[in-house]
Amino acid sequence: MDLYTEGDPIADTKAPDGPIETRWERRRFEAKLVNPANRRKLTVIVVGTGLAGGSAAATLAEQGYHVKSYCYQDSPRRAHSIAAQGGINAAKNYRNDGDSVHRLFYDTVKGGDFRSRESNVHRLAEVSVNIIDQCVAQGVPFAREYGGLLDTRSFGGAQVQRTFYARGQTGQQLLLGAYQALERQIGLGNVEMNARHEMLELVVVDGRARGIVVRDLVTGEITTELADAVVLASGGYGNVFYLSTNAKGCNVTASWRAHRKGAHFANPCYTQIHPTCIPVSGDHQSKLTLMSESLRNDGRVWVPKAKGDNRAPKDIPEDERDYYLERIYPSFGNLVPRDIASRAAKNVCDEGRGVGPGGLGVYLDFADAIQRLGRKAIEAKYGNLFEMYERITGDDPYEVPMRIYPAVHYTMGGLWVDYDLQSSIPGLFVIGEANFSDHGANRLGASALMQGLADGYFVLPNTLPNYLANAGSFEKVDASHPDVVAARAAVEERIQKLLSINGDRTVDSFHRELGQIMWEHCGMERTEAGLRKAIDEIRALREQFWQRVRVPGDGEGLNQSLEKAGRVADFFELAELMCIDALHREESCGGHFRAEHQTPDGEAQRDDDRFAYVAAWEYTGDQPVLHKEDLQFEYVHPTQRSYK
Amino acid sequence: MAVTGILLVLFLILHMLGNLKVFTGETSFDHYAHWLREIGTPLLPSTWYLWIQRTVLAVAVLAHIGAATVLSMRAHAARPVPYAHRRKIHVNYAARTMRWGGVIILLFVIYHILDLTTGHLNPQGDPANPYGNVVADFAPERWYVTLFYVLALVTLGFHLRHGAFSAFRSLGQQTPKGERRARSAALVFAVVLVAGYLVVPFAVLTGLVA
Amino acid sequence: MNLTLRIWRQRGPEDKGRMVTYQVDDVSPDMSFLEMLDVLNERLILQGEEPVAFDHDCREGICGMCSLMINGEAHGPQRGTTACQLHMRQFSDGDTIDIEPWRARAFPVVKDLVVNRNAFDKIIAAGGYITAPTGSAPEAHSVPVAKNNADAAFESAACIGCGACVAACPNGSGMLFTAAKVTQLSLLPQGQPERYTRVIGMVDAHDEAGFGGCTNIGECAAACPKGIPLNTIGRLNRDYLKATSKRAGTPGS
Repeated sequence: MDLYTEGDPIADTKAPDGPIETRWERRRFEAKLVNPANRRKLTVIVVGTGLAGGSAAATLAEQGYHVKSYCYQDSPRRAHSIAAQGGINAAKNYRNDGDSVHRLFYDTVKGGDFRSRESNVHRLAEVSVNIIDQCVAQGVPFAREYGGLLDTRSFGGAQVQRTFYARGQTGQQLLLGAYQALERQIGLGNVEMNARHEMLELVVVDGRARGIVVRDLVTGEITTELADAVVLASGGYGNVFYLSTNAKGCNVTASWRAHRKGAHFANPCYTQIHPTCIPVSGDHQSKLTLMSESLRNDGRVWVPKAKGDNRAPKDIPEDERDYYLERIYPSFGNLVPRDIASRAAKNVCDEGRGVGPGGLGVYLDFADAIQRLGRKAIEAKYGNLFEMYERITGDDPYEVPMRIYPAVHYTMGGLWVDYDLQSSIPGLFVIGEANFSDHGANRLGASALMQGLADGYFVLPNTLPNYLANAGSFEKVDASHPDVVAARAAVEERIQKLLSINGDRTVDSFHRELGQIMWEHCGMERTEAGLRKAIDEIRALREQFWQRVRVPGDGEGLNQSLEKAGRVADFFELAELMCIDALHREESCGGHFRAEHQTPDGEAQRDDDRFAYVAAWEYTGDQPVLHKEDLQFEYVHPTQRSYK
Repeated sequence: MAVTGILLVLFLILHMLGNLKVFTGETSFDHYAHWLREIGTPLLPSTWYLWIQRTVLAVAVLAHIGAATVLSMRAHAARPVPYAHRRKIHVNYAARTMRWGGVIILLFVIYHILDLTTGHLNPQGDPANPYGNVVADFAPERWYVTLFYVLALVTLGFHLRHGAFSAFRSLGQQTPKGERRARSAALVFAVVLVAGYLVVPFAVLTGLVA
Repeated sequence: MNLTLRIWRQRGPEDKGRMVTYQVDDVSPDMSFLEMLDVLNERLILQGEEPVAFDHDCREGICGMCSLMINGEAHGPQRGTTACQLHMRQFSDGDTIDIEPWRARAFPVVKDLVVNRNAFDKIIAAGGYITAPTGSAPEAHSVPVAKNNADAAFESAACIGCGACVAACPNGSGMLFTAAKVTQLSLLPQGQPERYTRVIGMVDAHDEAGFGGCTNIGECAAACPKGIPLNTIGRLNRDYLKATSKRAGTPGS
């Protein structure tokens, strides 16, 4: 193809061989260790304070390393992990319902549509049980039963009850647990916390990641922070779509800067679209709010049978309604997996049968459930969600069916890492949503929290020391090193550039337009023609951006427009790579659906012969270079998913 | 605040009970007033007990004011720049008038001592005849004195309503149910106490006690 | 609808600051309060003026970043709602709305409506945790927790650390925030060993940060977007009294 070139395949991911259950133990045993007395002399930078970054910073500090932690928010407690609602999976088998490490491993590989690494996923399932122990010991108030033991529920269509939860605020409680462990280390002087600091560049010296350039968002001061290793835990890039369930500040800049410095970006086109979000209400919309997936347990999804039927929902008689999920997927009905539910909603809206402003919405109707179970029962189950819905839309879901529409929620792609979570730049480790490793092409519900904490509490603290054990041989660097000076100068120059354009459009207007292109062509359904068009449009818009954007104020002090401008500039480059990745992957798998590749009845058609690999992209400044990492399936054999 | 407040509240209860003796007649009331001076005799010389109690009360009052002053100063320091739009008040009025209410009560207490303890501001001012002093004090033509007493005592009621609840809370009242009880108890207590005090001047005013 | 906004503008920590009046027209009732400010900011940028700086992030009421005093009420007129979840249908055409930052010495203004809430982090660092280094945890089911305690702990743990309690308190006290964490951890068996050192550490850090003292008024709980109950302060007081009495430090007590 004309848009990229192909480079060498990735031969070694550093995963040990042997039986899969023994690999993680072997890796830990073979890892080099650092003498406790020497740990204090080693500095680790951790960017991001969510579940992955917060838990990693706390754990590394407990081990004795000197940690410097950074986040763009005003406090580490505000990282967007806090918004996760549903729960966290763990193979505890407390229910005696047939769960096991192997089953969680199996479900995750299958749920990822066979595009993840078996070794990594197995390790994730193994440490999942330690996570629950750890969080309980920290005082995370999980839901409990009357006997005082932990309650679990089934989530996202799983057939075992392995999801631990704290009402609808599991992410918040887990994050606060990690945050408190982190604050303890801050109080002890082991972690140097830098809130309201944004990483704007990675410092690479002698081929190794040795630090970052950050901007103090309050004073505007730009400084270089040096260390023996850098850990990125900066989250996903869903905000490339402008509208998503991510927080407004979520961005790709840390990852993208590292990518530009040599870290490969893997599977950028894998994005998860969540089917139950509150639809857009107008042009002013700034973000989308997720409504818990659990609503589909009792709500029925429908649209009018006729196009452009503008009657109020209560005026549409039963036989003029299309309960399309129940019709197309009789055995799973309203509980089909996220990607299928999302695409089905898009299809009916494309047919002109969508409801609400702009025709972008479908009904999620609780009338039957209220009649069957009574209003009280529904209130007990979903009361807080109904309240939230009413607060945002002004409609009472007890009386009027909810309107929902899919929204971008999670990005499975991210920086490529090996089994040790090290990127293709030595010394740069990537954890949590920022890496690509465990979810393949689709993430199962309640697995994001599991992966973030697994990486931060248990995996990285065991693999990073292996790298740090050789730190004695690293080149000495200080702020005057030419590579450090150059990195800093590049940041300053870019900021000056953004401030000096002084054009006639706001950053948000560009971001919104970029989001529309991505949603249209690189969203739930992708086609070759659409993706090619999108690439052209993105390039044209990016050029406009650099000529016409207006960033008011200066680089001194708090300047939220400047922050946004830098982030959007990086989103432009990422967006192009996402489209190229989506274009090159001529198959449908998980969150990536290519219209040309579907079964006769409209389901995703994988092509395991040609595409059972991880696409790791190398940045060149011109055409990206594709490196393939072949995926081997020794334990779980690829099958076609079917939910009919 | 809580500990000194409770001491003062105990005194208020005793003081109120003593006041109510006015309904038992002049001899009885004067006898009670005299007895107060003799508590503890012959172990203690005459009026010693009274002076001990007065000292304890004075210390409690000063400590109460001292603690309140510290809290006020901290509150003032904690918000050096005020809001341009006045903060809306969502909870009870009583809690919001503790400081000015306290000042009013202090002024009242000073007046009250000069009036009925030392007799300097009393129209009769006879230390041997407290009953007469009270009757003279609340005579109908001195309605403004009665009015002042009423205002001061209502202020005291507000002060007690929040103060009593707050004392429970400060000393560790910790359940929502207990909170409802503590609030009701504080309200009832404040109303009863204020009523108990106000019947005396009103009785004089209406000629029930003469 | 058309609105008049009076917004606190302050260039930086050293600037004196003042209220500035802006007119915003064509506001949709479906907009969130912050989206209405976005609209104003877009216009200001194109007019060559500095947009209004305000803190926000998740915009779904959970991160605790948004912090606006709206017409003298923390997070605005709707109970149990953060500013980001407040929608313009709560206001009427022609309204004048005053928007100010949280006011507290412990929360100095950074710029316009943005304040520094690092004092809250310091309170947590002074004891708002359970010491459980990674790897040291026993099996999760080895210690059952009575459901009512677990539920009450959750209720307190729902605090989002936004600072509305401080903003609303006539004393500028951060006691509800402190008490929420003390209550959560002291209700759980895992929190017992550090129970009394925790409360002393956290209350000391609270006082050091320059917050005012608590006089049990209750404005905090009325303003709290997450409904943290006022009785948590009673729990804190009880633990604090115990901790300051000699008994708490005695082995076996």
